[in-house]
Amino acid sequence: MYKSALIGLLSMLAVMVLPQAAHAEYADVVMNNYSDAAGMRPVVFPHWYHRIRFRCKVCHADLGFKFKAGGNKITMAKIIDGQFCGACHNGEISWSVENCGMCHSGIAGTPTQIHGSTVQRLVAPTYKKLGNNKK
Amino acid sequence: MKIKQFFLGVVALSVLPVVAIQVEAAQPPLKEVKAAKGHVSTANTFNRLLEKSKARNLPPAEDGIHDPDNDNTHVLQPPKIAYDGLPTTPFGNYVDWVKALDTDLLQPRYDRFDATIEPLIMDLDIVREVKSTVPDVVFPHKPHTQWLHCSNCHPKIFIPQRKANVMNMSGILLGQQCGVCHGKVAFPVTTQSCTKCHSKPKPADWKPPQSETSLKEPWR
Ligand code: HEC
Ligand code: HEC
Ligand code: HEC
Ligand code: HEC
Ligand code: HEC
Ligand code: HEC
Repeated sequence: MYKSALIGLLSMLAVMVLPQAAHAEYADVVMNNYSDAAGMRPVVFPHWYHRIRFRCKVCHADLGFKFKAGGNKITMAKIIDGQFCGACHNGEISWSVENCGMCHSGIAGTPTQIHGSTVQRLVAPTYKKLGNNKK
Repeated sequence: MKIKQFFLGVVALSVLPVVAIQVEAAQPPLKEVKAAKGHVSTANTFNRLLEKSKARNLPPAEDGIHDPDNDNTHVLQPPKIAYDGLPTTPFGNYVDWVKALDTDLLQPRYDRFDATIEPLIMDLDIVREVKSTVPDVVFPHKPHTQWLHCSNCHPKIFIPQRKANVMNMSGILLGQQCGVCHGKVAFPVTTQSCTKCHSKPKPADWKPPQSETSLKEPWR
Protein backbone atom coordinates (compact mmCIF):
# COMPACT_ATOMS: atom_id res chain seq x y z
CA MET A 1 0.00 0.00 0.00
CA TYR A 2 2.73 2.39 1.03
CA LYS A 3 4.88 0.91 -1.68
CA SER A 4 2.75 1.94 -4.63
CA ALA A 5 2.51 5.51 -3.38
CA LEU A 6 6.21 5.48 -3.02
CA ILE A 7 6.78 4.23 -6.52
CA GLY A 8 4.62 7.07 -7.78
CA LEU A 9 6.58 9.46 -5.69
CA LEU A 10 9.93 8.22 -6.81
CA SER A 11 9.12 8.16 -10.50
CA MET A 12 7.84 11.73 -10.27
CA LEU A 13 10.98 12.66 -8.45
CA ALA A 14 13.18 11.13 -11.07
CA VAL A 15 11.62 13.50 -13.58
CA MET A 16 11.61 16.51 -11.28
CA VAL A 17 14.97 16.23 -9.60
CA LEU A 18 17.37 14.93 -12.19
CA PRO A 19 17.57 17.95 -14.47
CA GLN A 20 18.19 20.34 -11.57
CA ALA A 21 20.62 18.55 -9.31
CA ALA A 22 24.17 18.29 -10.57
CA HIS A 23 26.34 15.49 -9.21
CA ALA A 24 29.26 15.71 -11.58
CA GLU A 25 32.69 14.41 -10.66
CA TYR A 26 34.62 16.44 -8.06
CA ALA A 27 36.83 19.09 -9.74
CA ASP A 28 35.12 19.05 -13.14
CA VAL A 29 35.54 22.59 -14.54
CA VAL A 30 32.78 24.21 -16.58
CA MET A 31 34.04 26.99 -18.86
CA ASN A 32 31.42 29.31 -20.24
CA ASN A 33 32.98 32.73 -20.86
CA TYR A 34 31.98 32.71 -24.52
CA SER A 35 30.35 29.38 -25.38
CA ASP A 36 26.70 30.20 -24.66
CA ALA A 37 27.03 33.52 -26.44
CA ALA A 38 28.47 31.75 -29.49
CA GLY A 39 25.71 29.11 -29.52
CA MET A 40 28.05 26.30 -28.44
CA ARG A 41 27.55 24.05 -25.43
CA PRO A 42 29.80 25.10 -22.49
CA VAL A 43 33.11 23.23 -22.16
CA VAL A 44 33.52 20.61 -19.41
CA PHE A 45 37.13 19.90 -18.42
CA PRO A 46 37.57 16.73 -16.30
CA HIS A 47 40.47 17.13 -13.84
CA TRP A 48 40.19 13.52 -12.70
CA TYR A 49 40.72 12.21 -16.21
CA HIS A 50 43.73 14.39 -16.91
CA ARG A 51 45.45 13.92 -13.54
CA ILE A 52 45.53 10.18 -14.13
CA ARG A 53 47.76 10.95 -17.13
CA PHE A 54 49.58 14.17 -16.16
CA ARG A 55 50.77 15.80 -12.94
CA CYS A 56 49.35 19.24 -12.17
CA LYS A 57 52.80 20.67 -13.01
CA VAL A 58 52.42 19.94 -16.73
CA CYS A 59 49.40 22.22 -17.13
CA HIS A 60 49.74 24.64 -14.25
CA ALA A 61 53.51 25.29 -14.52
CA ASP A 62 54.66 24.30 -18.04
CA LEU A 63 51.55 25.35 -19.97
CA GLY A 64 50.69 28.29 -17.75
CA PHE A 65 47.07 27.49 -16.81
CA LYS A 66 46.18 29.86 -13.94
CA PHE A 67 44.40 28.40 -10.88
CA LYS A 68 41.04 30.00 -11.70
CA ALA A 69 38.07 28.48 -13.49
CA GLY A 70 37.35 30.73 -16.47
CA GLY A 71 40.38 32.84 -15.56
CA ASN A 72 42.52 31.82 -18.52
CA LYS A 73 40.11 33.28 -21.07
CA ILE A 74 40.67 30.32 -23.38
CA THR A 75 39.41 30.80 -26.95
CA MET A 76 39.44 28.65 -30.09
CA ALA A 77 41.98 31.03 -31.65
CA LYS A 78 44.44 30.27 -28.83
CA ILE A 79 43.69 26.54 -29.02
CA ILE A 80 44.48 26.18 -32.72
CA ASP A 81 47.58 28.27 -32.06
CA GLY A 82 48.80 25.44 -29.78
CA GLN A 83 48.07 27.12 -26.46
CA PHE A 84 46.07 25.71 -23.50
CA CYS A 85 44.05 22.64 -24.56
CA GLY A 86 45.68 22.99 -27.99
CA ALA A 87 49.08 22.03 -26.55
CA CYS A 88 47.82 18.42 -26.42
CA HIS A 89 44.55 18.23 -28.36
CA ASN A 90 46.39 18.51 -31.64
CA GLY A 91 46.22 14.97 -32.99
CA GLU A 92 49.59 14.05 -31.46
CA ILE A 93 49.34 13.72 -27.68
CA SER A 94 45.58 13.37 -27.89
CA TRP A 95 42.69 13.65 -30.33
CA SER A 96 42.43 16.83 -32.36
CA VAL A 97 40.13 19.87 -32.16
CA GLU A 98 37.66 18.78 -34.81
CA ASN A 99 35.98 16.68 -32.08
CA CYS A 100 34.02 19.71 -30.92
CA GLY A 101 31.49 17.73 -28.85
CA MET A 102 34.15 16.05 -26.71
CA CYS A 103 34.95 19.38 -25.03
CA HIS A 104 31.71 21.28 -25.73
CA SER A 105 29.62 18.74 -23.83
CA GLY A 106 27.97 20.83 -21.08
CA ILE A 107 24.29 21.67 -20.65
CA ALA A 108 23.63 25.08 -22.21
CA GLY A 109 23.31 27.81 -19.59
CA THR A 110 25.61 26.17 -17.03
CA PRO A 111 27.76 28.96 -15.54
CA THR A 112 31.56 28.86 -15.26
CA GLN A 113 32.47 26.97 -12.09
CA ILE A 114 34.55 24.27 -10.50
CA HIS A 115 32.04 21.59 -9.61
CA GLY A 116 31.67 20.08 -6.15
CA SER A 117 33.99 22.61 -4.54
CA THR A 118 33.88 23.25 -0.81
CA VAL A 119 32.53 26.79 -1.35
CA GLN A 120 29.61 25.41 -3.35
CA ARG A 121 28.74 23.13 -0.44
CA LEU A 122 28.65 25.79 2.28
CA VAL A 123 25.14 26.36 3.61
CA ALA A 124 25.42 30.13 3.63
CA PRO A 125 28.36 31.55 1.77
CA THR A 126 29.03 35.10 2.91
CA TYR A 127 30.34 36.07 -0.46
CA LYS A 128 29.38 36.09 -4.11
CA LYS A 129 27.80 32.87 -5.26
CA LEU A 130 29.91 30.65 -7.46
CA GLY A 131 28.81 30.91 -11.02
CA ASN A 132 28.87 34.67 -11.10
CA ASN A 133 32.61 34.57 -11.22
CA LYS A 134 32.95 35.16 -14.95
CA LYS A 135 34.46 38.54 -15.38
CA MET B 1 -6.89 1.64 -5.53
CA LYS B 2 -3.27 1.60 -6.56
CA ILE B 3 -3.85 4.49 -8.90
CA LYS B 4 -5.33 6.47 -6.06
CA GLN B 5 -2.23 5.89 -4.02
CA PHE B 6 -0.07 6.87 -6.89
CA PHE B 7 -2.06 10.08 -7.04
CA LEU B 8 -1.59 10.67 -3.37
CA GLY B 9 2.12 10.41 -3.90
CA VAL B 10 2.03 12.85 -6.76
CA VAL B 11 -0.10 15.35 -4.86
CA ALA B 12 2.00 15.13 -1.75
CA LEU B 13 4.97 15.70 -3.92
CA SER B 14 3.77 18.75 -5.77
CA VAL B 15 2.85 20.35 -2.47
CA LEU B 16 6.12 19.57 -0.77
CA PRO B 17 8.82 19.32 -3.37
CA VAL B 18 11.61 20.45 -1.12
CA VAL B 19 10.87 17.95 1.61
CA ALA B 20 10.44 15.18 -0.91
CA ILE B 21 13.75 15.85 -2.53
CA GLN B 22 15.45 15.37 0.79
CA VAL B 23 13.59 12.17 1.45
CA GLU B 24 14.79 10.84 -1.85
CA ALA B 25 18.31 12.08 -1.34
CA ALA B 26 19.01 9.89 1.66
CA GLN B 27 18.20 6.30 0.85
CA PRO B 28 17.14 4.65 4.12
CA PRO B 29 14.78 7.13 5.84
CA LEU B 30 11.55 5.52 4.60
CA LYS B 31 10.79 5.15 8.30
CA GLU B 32 11.09 8.87 8.89
CA VAL B 33 8.51 9.49 6.18
CA LYS B 34 6.11 7.28 8.10
CA ALA B 35 6.81 9.03 11.38
CA ALA B 36 6.14 12.42 9.81
CA LYS B 37 2.54 11.59 8.86
CA GLY B 38 1.33 12.54 12.36
CA HIS B 39 0.90 16.20 13.25
CA VAL B 40 4.48 17.32 12.85
CA SER B 41 4.75 20.09 10.31
CA THR B 42 6.69 19.04 7.27
CA ALA B 43 8.70 22.24 7.69
CA ASN B 44 10.38 20.56 10.64
CA THR B 45 12.58 18.08 8.85
CA PHE B 46 16.00 16.67 9.62
CA ASN B 47 19.12 17.97 7.93
CA ARG B 48 17.07 20.78 6.40
CA LEU B 49 19.91 22.51 4.58
CA LEU B 50 22.13 19.74 3.38
CA GLU B 51 22.06 18.90 -0.26
CA LYS B 52 23.45 15.42 -0.13
CA SER B 53 24.69 13.81 -3.29
CA LYS B 54 22.90 10.61 -4.03
CA ALA B 55 25.51 8.72 -5.92
CA ARG B 56 29.27 8.69 -6.36
CA ASN B 57 31.20 9.00 -9.58
CA LEU B 58 28.19 9.16 -11.90
CA PRO B 59 28.75 8.59 -15.63
CA PRO B 60 28.84 11.88 -17.59
CA ALA B 61 25.40 11.46 -19.17
CA GLU B 62 23.75 11.35 -15.71
CA ASP B 63 25.79 13.92 -13.79
CA GLY B 64 23.64 17.00 -14.44
CA ILE B 65 26.51 18.98 -16.01
CA HIS B 66 27.05 17.08 -19.27
CA ASP B 67 24.33 17.33 -21.91
CA PRO B 68 22.90 13.85 -22.64
CA ASP B 69 21.66 15.15 -26.02
CA ASN B 70 25.27 15.59 -27.12
CA ASP B 71 26.41 12.36 -28.86
CA ASN B 72 29.98 12.77 -27.62
CA THR B 73 28.80 12.80 -23.99
CA HIS B 74 28.20 9.07 -24.31
CA VAL B 75 31.76 8.49 -25.54
CA LEU B 76 33.31 10.12 -22.45
CA GLN B 77 34.70 7.71 -19.90
CA PRO B 78 32.67 7.06 -16.72
CA PRO B 79 34.98 7.74 -13.72
CA LYS B 80 34.12 4.46 -11.99
CA ILE B 81 35.77 2.43 -14.74
CA ALA B 82 38.97 4.45 -14.55
CA TYR B 83 39.10 4.28 -10.73
CA ASP B 84 38.80 0.50 -10.59
CA GLY B 85 41.44 -0.91 -8.24
CA LEU B 86 42.66 2.47 -6.92
CA PRO B 87 42.80 3.11 -3.13
CA THR B 88 39.73 5.02 -1.91
CA THR B 89 38.89 7.93 0.43
CA PRO B 90 35.46 9.00 1.73
CA PHE B 91 35.51 12.42 -0.01
CA GLY B 92 36.39 14.32 -3.20
CA ASN B 93 36.83 11.95 -6.11
CA TYR B 94 36.70 9.09 -3.56
CA VAL B 95 40.21 8.21 -4.73
CA ASP B 96 43.33 8.43 -2.56
CA TRP B 97 45.54 10.13 -5.13
CA VAL B 98 48.62 10.21 -2.90
CA LYS B 99 48.50 6.50 -2.14
CA ALA B 100 47.81 5.71 -5.78
CA LEU B 101 51.11 7.38 -6.72
CA ASP B 102 53.06 5.82 -3.86
CA THR B 103 51.93 2.34 -4.83
CA ASP B 104 52.67 2.96 -8.53
CA LEU B 105 49.06 2.26 -9.47
CA LEU B 106 49.21 5.59 -11.32
CA GLN B 107 52.17 7.12 -13.08
CA PRO B 108 51.05 10.46 -14.46
CA ARG B 109 53.63 12.22 -16.62
CA TYR B 110 55.71 15.04 -15.13
CA ASP B 111 56.52 16.18 -18.67
CA ARG B 112 54.05 16.60 -21.50
CA PHE B 113 56.03 14.37 -23.91
CA ASP B 114 58.64 12.40 -21.97
CA ALA B 115 57.22 9.74 -19.67
CA THR B 116 60.65 8.99 -18.15
CA ILE B 117 61.30 12.39 -16.54
CA GLU B 118 61.19 12.11 -12.73
CA PRO B 119 59.57 14.80 -10.58
CA LEU B 120 61.69 17.07 -8.38
CA ILE B 121 60.62 15.82 -4.97
CA MET B 122 61.41 17.58 -1.69
CA ASP B 123 60.73 15.84 1.63
CA LEU B 124 60.28 18.68 4.14
CA ASP B 125 57.46 18.83 6.67
CA ILE B 126 56.34 22.20 8.01
CA VAL B 127 54.49 22.17 11.33
CA ARG B 128 52.04 24.98 12.03
CA GLU B 129 50.86 25.21 15.61
CA VAL B 130 47.14 25.88 15.73
CA LYS B 131 45.49 28.12 18.32
CA SER B 132 42.71 25.65 18.86
CA THR B 133 42.02 22.24 20.36
CA VAL B 134 42.31 20.59 16.95
CA PRO B 135 45.64 18.85 16.23
CA ASP B 136 48.45 20.97 14.74
CA VAL B 137 48.81 21.22 10.98
CA VAL B 138 51.61 19.40 9.20
CA PHE B 139 52.26 20.60 5.68
CA PRO B 140 54.20 17.84 3.88
CA HIS B 141 56.24 19.01 0.86
CA LYS B 142 56.60 15.44 -0.39
CA PRO B 143 53.12 14.68 -1.75
CA HIS B 144 52.86 18.25 -3.04
CA THR B 145 56.11 18.15 -4.99
CA GLN B 146 55.10 14.77 -6.43
CA TRP B 147 52.23 16.51 -8.17
CA LEU B 148 53.19 20.16 -8.38
CA HIS B 149 56.14 22.43 -9.16
CA CYS B 150 57.65 24.77 -6.53
CA SER B 151 56.51 27.70 -8.67
CA ASN B 152 52.88 26.63 -8.31
CA CYS B 153 53.04 27.76 -4.66
CA HIS B 154 56.18 29.89 -4.26
CA PRO B 155 56.09 32.83 -4.03
CA LYS B 156 52.55 33.67 -5.21
CA ILE B 157 50.54 31.62 -2.69
CA PHE B 158 53.19 31.12 0.03
CA ILE B 159 56.44 32.97 0.79
CA PRO B 160 58.98 30.12 1.12
CA GLN B 161 59.81 30.79 4.73
CA ARG B 162 58.48 29.10 7.84
CA LYS B 163 55.78 31.13 9.64
CA ALA B 164 55.98 33.94 7.09
CA ASN B 165 52.40 33.29 5.93
CA VAL B 166 49.15 34.01 7.70
CA MET B 167 46.72 31.11 7.40
CA ASN B 168 43.37 30.31 8.95
CA MET B 169 40.30 28.21 8.25
CA SER B 170 38.07 31.04 7.03
CA GLY B 171 40.60 31.88 4.35
CA ILE B 172 40.98 28.24 3.38
CA LEU B 173 37.22 27.75 3.09
CA LEU B 174 37.05 30.86 0.90
CA GLY B 175 39.63 29.39 -1.45
CA GLN B 176 42.77 31.12 -0.21
CA GLN B 177 46.10 29.64 1.03
CA CYS B 178 45.69 25.84 1.15
CA GLY B 179 42.16 26.40 -0.17
CA VAL B 180 43.48 27.45 -3.58
CA CYS B 181 43.64 23.69 -4.27
CA HIS B 182 41.98 21.95 -1.31
CA GLY B 183 38.24 22.20 -1.86
CA LYS B 184 38.70 22.68 -5.61
CA VAL B 185 40.82 19.85 -7.04
CA ALA B 186 42.92 18.38 -4.20
CA PHE B 187 40.92 16.70 -1.39
CA PRO B 188 38.14 18.94 -0.03
CA VAL B 189 37.57 20.34 3.46
CA THR B 190 34.95 18.19 5.14
CA THR B 191 34.48 16.53 8.53
CA GLN B 192 36.24 13.37 7.41
CA SER B 193 39.26 15.20 5.96
CA CYS B 194 40.17 17.58 8.85
CA THR B 195 42.77 15.19 10.25
CA LYS B 196 44.60 14.87 6.94
CA CYS B 197 45.98 18.38 7.54
CA HIS B 198 45.47 18.50 11.31
CA SER B 199 47.61 15.43 11.84
CA LYS B 200 49.98 16.22 14.73
CA PRO B 201 48.38 15.65 18.15
CA LYS B 202 48.81 18.40 20.72
CA PRO B 203 51.35 17.82 23.53
CA ALA B 204 49.77 16.03 26.49
CA ASP B 205 50.02 19.12 28.71
CA TRP B 206 48.46 21.47 26.16
CA LYS B 207 45.37 23.42 27.28
CA PRO B 208 43.24 25.67 25.12
CA PRO B 209 43.70 29.41 25.72
CA GLN B 210 40.86 30.80 27.82
CA SER B 211 38.71 33.78 27.00
CA GLU B 212 39.82 36.75 29.08
CA THR B 213 36.39 38.19 29.63
CA SER B 214 35.13 34.98 31.27
CA LEU B 215 38.26 34.73 33.40
CA LYS B 216 37.68 38.28 34.66
CA GLU B 217 33.98 37.81 35.30
CA PRO B 218 33.39 34.13 36.02
CA TRP B 219 29.77 32.97 35.90
CA ARG B 220 28.45 31.88 39.31
C1 HEC C 1 40.05 20.55 -26.62
C2 HEC C 1 38.79 21.09 -26.28
C3 HEC C 1 38.00 21.85 -27.35
C4 HEC C 1 37.62 21.40 -28.58
C5 HEC C 1 37.92 20.05 -29.19
C6 HEC C 1 36.84 22.46 -29.18
N1 HEC C 1 36.75 23.52 -28.33
FE1 HEC C 1 35.75 25.26 -28.69
N2 HEC C 1 36.35 25.97 -26.86
C7 HEC C 1 37.11 25.26 -25.94
C8 HEC C 1 37.29 26.09 -24.77
C9 HEC C 1 38.04 25.68 -23.49
C10 HEC C 1 36.60 27.30 -25.01
C11 HEC C 1 36.38 28.48 -24.04
C12 HEC C 1 35.04 28.22 -23.38
C13 HEC C 1 34.39 29.40 -22.74
O1 HEC C 1 34.98 30.01 -21.85
O2 HEC C 1 33.21 29.69 -23.09
C14 HEC C 1 36.03 27.19 -26.34
C15 HEC C 1 35.28 28.20 -26.96
C16 HEC C 1 34.65 28.08 -28.19
C17 HEC C 1 33.87 29.12 -28.81
C18 HEC C 1 33.61 30.52 -28.29
C19 HEC C 1 34.88 31.34 -28.19
C20 HEC C 1 35.61 31.47 -29.51
O3 HEC C 1 36.84 31.29 -29.50
O4 HEC C 1 34.99 31.71 -30.54
C21 HEC C 1 33.39 28.59 -29.98
C22 HEC C 1 32.49 29.29 -30.98
C23 HEC C 1 33.90 27.25 -30.11
N3 HEC C 1 34.69 26.97 -29.00
C24 HEC C 1 33.66 26.41 -31.14
C25 HEC C 1 34.25 25.16 -31.32
C26 HEC C 1 34.07 24.32 -32.49
C27 HEC C 1 33.17 24.65 -33.66
C28 HEC C 1 34.82 23.21 -32.30
C29 HEC C 1 35.05 22.05 -33.26
C30 HEC C 1 35.61 22.39 -34.54
C31 HEC C 1 35.46 23.33 -31.01
N4 HEC C 1 35.10 24.53 -30.45
C32 HEC C 1 36.28 22.38 -30.44
C33 HEC C 1 37.62 23.99 -26.07
C34 HEC C 1 37.45 23.19 -27.19
C1 HEC D 1 45.49 18.75 -18.47
C2 HEC D 1 45.69 19.99 -17.79
C3 HEC D 1 45.47 20.08 -16.29
C4 HEC D 1 46.01 19.29 -15.30
C5 HEC D 1 46.90 18.07 -15.43
C6 HEC D 1 45.55 19.85 -14.05
N1 HEC D 1 44.77 20.96 -14.29
FE1 HEC D 1 43.98 22.20 -12.91
N2 HEC D 1 43.04 23.27 -14.35
C7 HEC D 1 43.13 22.99 -15.71
C8 HEC D 1 42.19 23.83 -16.42
C9 HEC D 1 41.96 23.82 -17.90
C10 HEC D 1 41.54 24.63 -15.45
C11 HEC D 1 40.46 25.70 -15.70
C12 HEC D 1 41.12 26.95 -16.15
C13 HEC D 1 40.14 27.92 -16.76
O1 HEC D 1 38.94 27.68 -16.71
O2 HEC D 1 40.59 28.95 -17.28
C14 HEC D 1 42.12 24.27 -14.17
C15 HEC D 1 41.79 24.88 -12.96
C16 HEC D 1 42.34 24.53 -11.74
C17 HEC D 1 42.09 25.21 -10.51
C18 HEC D 1 41.23 26.46 -10.34
C19 HEC D 1 39.95 26.24 -9.61
C20 HEC D 1 39.32 27.55 -9.21
O3 HEC D 1 39.59 28.00 -8.11
O4 HEC D 1 38.60 28.15 -10.01
C21 HEC D 1 42.82 24.57 -9.55
C22 HEC D 1 42.93 24.90 -8.07
C23 HEC D 1 43.51 23.47 -10.18
N3 HEC D 1 43.20 23.49 -11.51
C24 HEC D 1 44.33 22.59 -9.53
C25 HEC D 1 44.91 21.48 -10.13
C26 HEC D 1 45.64 20.47 -9.39
C27 HEC D 1 45.87 20.47 -7.89
C28 HEC D 1 46.05 19.56 -10.30
C29 HEC D 1 46.82 18.27 -10.07
C30 HEC D 1 46.23 17.33 -9.19
C31 HEC D 1 45.60 20.00 -11.61
N4 HEC D 1 44.90 21.17 -11.46
C32 HEC D 1 45.87 19.36 -12.80
C33 HEC D 1 43.96 22.07 -16.31
C34 HEC D 1 44.70 21.11 -15.65
C1 HEC E 1 48.78 18.09 -21.12
C2 HEC E 1 47.99 17.68 -22.24
C3 HEC E 1 46.51 18.04 -22.27
C4 HEC E 1 45.94 19.28 -22.12
C5 HEC E 1 46.62 20.60 -21.88
C6 HEC E 1 44.50 19.07 -22.25
N1 HEC E 1 44.23 17.75 -22.47
FE1 HEC E 1 42.40 16.90 -22.63
N2 HEC E 1 43.25 15.07 -22.85
C7 HEC E 1 44.60 14.81 -22.91
C8 HEC E 1 44.82 13.40 -23.14
C9 HEC E 1 46.17 12.69 -23.27
C10 HEC E 1 43.53 12.82 -23.22
C11 HEC E 1 43.24 11.36 -23.46
C12 HEC E 1 43.00 11.19 -24.91
C13 HEC E 1 43.01 9.79 -25.39
O1 HEC E 1 42.55 8.88 -24.71
O2 HEC E 1 43.48 9.63 -26.51
C14 HEC E 1 42.56 13.90 -23.03
C15 HEC E 1 41.20 13.72 -23.02
C16 HEC E 1 40.28 14.73 -22.88
C17 HEC E 1 38.85 14.56 -22.83
C18 HEC E 1 38.11 13.24 -22.95
C19 HEC E 1 37.91 12.56 -21.66
C20 HEC E 1 37.21 11.24 -21.84
O3 HEC E 1 36.32 10.97 -21.02
O4 HEC E 1 37.53 10.51 -22.77
C21 HEC E 1 38.28 15.80 -22.72
C22 HEC E 1 36.80 16.14 -22.64
C23 HEC E 1 39.36 16.75 -22.68
N3 HEC E 1 40.56 16.08 -22.76
C24 HEC E 1 39.17 18.12 -22.59
C25 HEC E 1 40.20 19.04 -22.49
C26 HEC E 1 40.01 20.47 -22.40
C27 HEC E 1 38.67 21.18 -22.46
C28 HEC E 1 41.25 21.01 -22.29
C29 HEC E 1 41.61 22.48 -22.15
C30 HEC E 1 40.93 23.24 -21.13
C31 HEC E 1 42.22 19.93 -22.29
N4 HEC E 1 41.55 18.75 -22.43
C32 HEC E 1 43.59 20.09 -22.16
C33 HEC E 1 45.61 15.73 -22.74
C34 HEC E 1 45.43 17.08 -22.50
C1 HEC F 1 51.59 23.13 -2.36
C2 HEC F 1 52.37 24.29 -2.16
C3 HEC F 1 53.88 24.17 -2.09
C4 HEC F 1 54.74 23.65 -3.01
C5 HEC F 1 54.40 22.99 -4.34
C6 HEC F 1 56.07 23.85 -2.51
N1 HEC F 1 55.99 24.49 -1.29
FE1 HEC F 1 57.57 25.14 -0.16
N2 HEC F 1 56.30 25.75 1.32
C7 HEC F 1 54.93 25.67 1.26
C8 HEC F 1 54.36 26.11 2.53
C9 HEC F 1 52.87 26.15 2.89
C10 HEC F 1 55.46 26.46 3.36
C11 HEC F 1 55.39 26.97 4.81
C12 HEC F 1 55.23 28.44 4.86
C13 HEC F 1 54.92 28.96 6.24
O1 HEC F 1 55.09 28.21 7.24
O2 HEC F 1 54.49 30.11 6.36
C14 HEC F 1 56.65 26.23 2.55
C15 HEC F 1 57.95 26.49 2.99
C16 HEC F 1 59.08 26.35 2.19
C17 HEC F 1 60.42 26.75 2.59
C18 HEC F 1 60.81 27.37 3.91
C19 HEC F 1 61.26 26.31 4.87
C20 HEC F 1 61.81 26.88 6.14
O3 HEC F 1 62.33 26.08 6.91
O4 HEC F 1 61.71 28.10 6.40
C21 HEC F 1 61.25 26.44 1.54
C22 HEC F 1 62.74 26.68 1.46
C23 HEC F 1 60.43 25.85 0.49
N3 HEC F 1 59.13 25.82 0.94
C24 HEC F 1 60.92 25.39 -0.71
C25 HEC F 1 60.18 24.73 -1.67
C26 HEC F 1 60.74 24.09 -2.85
C27 HEC F 1 62.20 24.09 -3.22
C28 HEC F 1 59.69 23.54 -3.53
C29 HEC F 1 59.74 22.71 -4.81
C30 HEC F 1 60.58 21.54 -4.76
C31 HEC F 1 58.49 23.83 -2.77
N4 HEC F 1 58.83 24.56 -1.64
C32 HEC F 1 57.22 23.46 -3.16
C33 HEC F 1 54.16 25.27 0.17
C34 HEC F 1 54.67 24.69 -0.99
C1 HEC G 1 48.75 24.28 -5.41
C2 HEC G 1 47.81 23.35 -4.86
C3 HEC G 1 47.88 22.98 -3.38
C4 HEC G 1 48.01 23.83 -2.30
C5 HEC G 1 48.10 25.34 -2.30
C6 HEC G 1 48.02 22.99 -1.13
N1 HEC G 1 47.88 21.67 -1.48
FE1 HEC G 1 47.88 20.06 -0.23
N2 HEC G 1 47.74 18.81 -1.81
C7 HEC G 1 47.62 19.20 -3.14
C8 HEC G 1 47.52 18.02 -3.97
C9 HEC G 1 47.33 18.00 -5.48
C10 HEC G 1 47.63 16.90 -3.12
C11 HEC G 1 47.55 15.43 -3.52
C12 HEC G 1 46.30 14.79 -2.96
C13 HEC G 1 44.99 15.20 -3.59
O1 HEC G 1 44.94 15.66 -4.73
O2 HEC G 1 43.95 15.07 -2.91
C14 HEC G 1 47.78 17.44 -1.77
C15 HEC G 1 47.92 16.65 -0.63
C16 HEC G 1 48.00 17.14 0.65
C17 HEC G 1 48.23 16.33 1.83
C18 HEC G 1 48.51 14.85 1.83
C19 HEC G 1 47.32 14.01 2.02
C20 HEC G 1 47.69 12.55 2.04
O3 HEC G 1 46.84 11.78 1.64
O4 HEC G 1 48.79 12.21 2.46
C21 HEC G 1 48.20 17.19 2.91
C22 HEC G 1 48.35 16.81 4.37
C23 HEC G 1 47.99 18.52 2.40
N3 HEC G 1 47.88 18.47 1.03
C24 HEC G 1 47.92 19.66 3.19
C25 HEC G 1 47.99 20.95 2.68
C26 HEC G 1 48.09 22.14 3.51
C27 HEC G 1 48.09 22.15 5.03
C28 HEC G 1 48.16 23.20 2.68
C29 HEC G 1 48.29 24.67 3.04
C30 HEC G 1 49.41 25.03 3.85
C31 HEC G 1 48.10 22.68 1.31
N4 HEC G 1 48.01 21.32 1.37
C32 HEC G 1 48.14 23.46 0.17
C33 HEC G 1 47.60 20.48 -3.61
C34 HEC G 1 47.78 21.62 -2.85
C1 HEC H 1 43.96 21.68 3.62
C2 HEC H 1 44.36 21.55 4.96
C3 HEC H 1 43.32 21.74 6.06
C4 HEC H 1 42.15 21.07 6.23
C5 HEC H 1 41.55 19.98 5.34
C6 HEC H 1 41.55 21.56 7.44
N1 HEC H 1 42.35 22.53 8.00
FE1 HEC H 1 41.97 23.59 9.71
N2 HEC H 1 43.68 24.67 9.44
C7 HEC H 1 44.55 24.50 8.39
C8 HEC H 1 45.60 25.51 8.49
C9 HEC H 1 46.79 25.68 7.55
C10 HEC H 1 45.28 26.29 9.63
C11 HEC H 1 46.06 27.52 10.16
C12 HEC H 1 47.14 27.06 11.06
C13 HEC H 1 47.97 28.24 11.55
O1 HEC H 1 47.48 28.98 12.39
O2 HEC H 1 49.07 28.38 11.04
C14 HEC H 1 44.07 25.73 10.20
C15 HEC H 1 43.46 26.23 11.37
C16 HEC H 1 42.34 25.66 11.95
C17 HEC H 1 41.73 26.09 13.19
C18 HEC H 1 42.22 27.24 14.06
C19 HEC H 1 41.43 28.50 13.82
C20 HEC H 1 41.81 29.17 12.55
O3 HEC H 1 40.92 29.44 11.72
O4 HEC H 1 43.00 29.39 12.32
C21 HEC H 1 40.65 25.29 13.42
C22 HEC H 1 39.68 25.35 14.59
C23 HEC H 1 40.58 24.35 12.33
N3 HEC H 1 41.61 24.59 11.45
C24 HEC H 1 39.60 23.39 12.19
C25 HEC H 1 39.46 22.57 11.08
C26 HEC H 1 38.35 21.66 10.88
C27 HEC H 1 37.19 21.47 11.83
C28 HEC H 1 38.56 21.02 9.70
C29 HEC H 1 37.67 20.00 8.98
C30 HEC H 1 36.37 20.45 8.62
C31 HEC H 1 39.80 21.54 9.15
N4 HEC H 1 40.31 22.47 10.02
C32 HEC H 1 40.35 21.11 7.97
C33 HEC H 1 44.50 23.55 7.40
C34 HEC H 1 43.45 22.67 7.19
